[in-house]
Amino acid sequence: MRLKQHMGRWLVPVLGGLAFVYLLVPIAYIFVFSFNDAGRTNLTWQGFTFSNWQNPCGAPNICDALGNSLSIAFVATIIATVLGTAIALGLARYKFRFRKLADILIILPLATPEVVLGASLLAQFLNLGWQLGYWTVVISHVTFCMAFVVVTVRARVSSLDGRLEEAAGDLYASPRTTFWKVTFPLLLPGIMAAALLSFAMSFDDFIIANFNSGTFDTFPKFIYVAATRGIPAQANVIGSGIFLIALAIVVVGTVISYRRQKALAAR
Amino acid sequence: MSAAATRRPEPAEDLSAAEQQAEKARGRVGVGLIVPGFVFLLLFFAAPVFVLLAMSLYARPPGAETGVFVPAFEVSNYVVALSEYWVPLLRSFLFAAIATVLALFIGYTMAYLVAVRLRQQKLLASILLVILIAPFFSSFVLRTQAWKQILSDEGFVVEVLRFVAILPEDGRLTATAFAVVAGLTYNFLPFMALPIYASLERLDTRLLEAAGDLYASPMTAFRKVTLPLSMPGVFAGTLLTFIPASGDYINATILGNNRDTAMIGQVIDSRFFKIVDYPTAAALSAVLMVIILILVMAYIRKFGTKELF
Repeated sequence: MRLKQHMGRWLVPVLGGLAFVYLLVPIAYIFVFSFNDAGRTNLTWQGFTFSNWQNPCGAPNICDALGNSLSIAFVATIIATVLGTAIALGLARYKFRFRKLADILIILPLATPEVVLGASLLAQFLNLGWQLGYWTVVISHVTFCMAFVVVTVRARVSSLDGRLEEAAGDLYASPRTTFWKVTFPLLLPGIMAAALLSFAMSFDDFIIANFNSGTFDTFPKFIYVAATRGIPAQANVIGSGIFLIALAIVVVGTVISYRRQKALAAR
Repeated sequence: MSAAATRRPEPAEDLSAAEQQAEKARGRVGVGLIVPGFVFLLLFFAAPVFVLLAMSLYARPPGAETGVFVPAFEVSNYVVALSEYWVPLLRSFLFAAIATVLALFIGYTMAYLVAVRLRQQKLLASILLVILIAPFFSSFVLRTQAWKQILSDEGFVVEVLRFVAILPEDGRLTATAFAVVAGLTYNFLPFMALPIYASLERLDTRLLEAAGDLYASPMTAFRKVTLPLSMPGVFAGTLLTFIPASGDYINATILGNNRDTAMIGQVIDSRFFKIVDYPTAAALSAVLMVIILILVMAYIRKFGTKELF
């Protein structure tokens, strides 16, 4: 009985802890090997150096690919967030005909594997005779991120307290004022989360970009191609750098919300 | 929050003319909001899927150069696609299913640890949550490549496994189904854990105390209270894992890359770009999409919750 109780208490922390280690090991590996004095291929440990960090663009074309990915993720996120948020509001708040159909069309990209989405967009671009490159990747990323934005923002819209808007109306706020002063600020955290998710997904996407970019290089494509010859240590520097920046943003966000919660609890 | 709480009242029969006018105006605003995104999706999602379906029926005219096809009703593309590639197709769903089940167990444990066990230790919970989100921000391809090196023949993991005789002397992990499934599980774990976390976080722990007061064992309380209440998260997580995993080929290429681990995404990619056989690639994509839609629809029917669909 004792043993069973002990197991019950420790099973979840131990297994959960192991799972967190599993999640972190490759990330730690990337970080450690960013300090590898590796030369061209970063496969085995050759000794410690800061030189990769001093010159992250040292490998040919790596920073061009990085810049392309950042630019695409930025543009695609803005378009997907604007279109997706509008759809989420439209679907959650208003009634019109063909709503069920609209629902399906918007959710369907989520149920489509990336390889199929990439292939069908390629077929469409070939059909339209469009040159593959920057804009075809942007368009394909908007398609793929928009559904995530809709789902995320919509969850936020439906958890809004409608009474707040009614109260604003009772206080003679026009619908427009109510939207910008009440609804939008309440939705903003959801919209920001959706935008962040969209940026991360676009930046990280390989499969769709591989289908729709032609000879245009993105960062994941660069690494995928380099993997056959050996990835330069600079890729680990850039991977770790992005990771650290993102971590800092998430930590700051968490601390802010943690403090806010504490302040609320103290009241 | 339930949908009912935010739903607007149904328009009653006896609405005044002014109210009807206002209702109509609201409808117009709603349509205005969804039209731009809707047009985009019609142009760059619905139309492409139809183009792909049309392409899967194209034929190669006799004597044409590589990559030249003409519109036709060549159903035999499907026959060729399925008879040649049913093995990688089945393997994709098998690998994705195993990875989804593994990710469900691992991800549930993680989410439960953070959302329920560590509910009082807010700071530790926040740190673990950050770690859970962290993989989103380090490159998918780079992490998979790192996995390959960690599991490589000269790596520490293989040496330890050989030493304790879990692996035979010449046993290896790279280029095996094990490595591919481990990579899939790893890469989609956050997609599983985060929705489960979101639903466990909303769990009212007083319900568990009540279950305990009613002499339910912790295990029974979990089975009868926690698990049912976390089902929306489990549901979303399994979909967010299974669908991308079955189409993924980064793991299969980097961690497997041999005939016995080939997944359908790899085949589609190489049919498109190496062999330039668009019709067969399109037919395979269509088959993949239809099977996933059928599986997902059956799954939603069986386990779907109102909160999602």
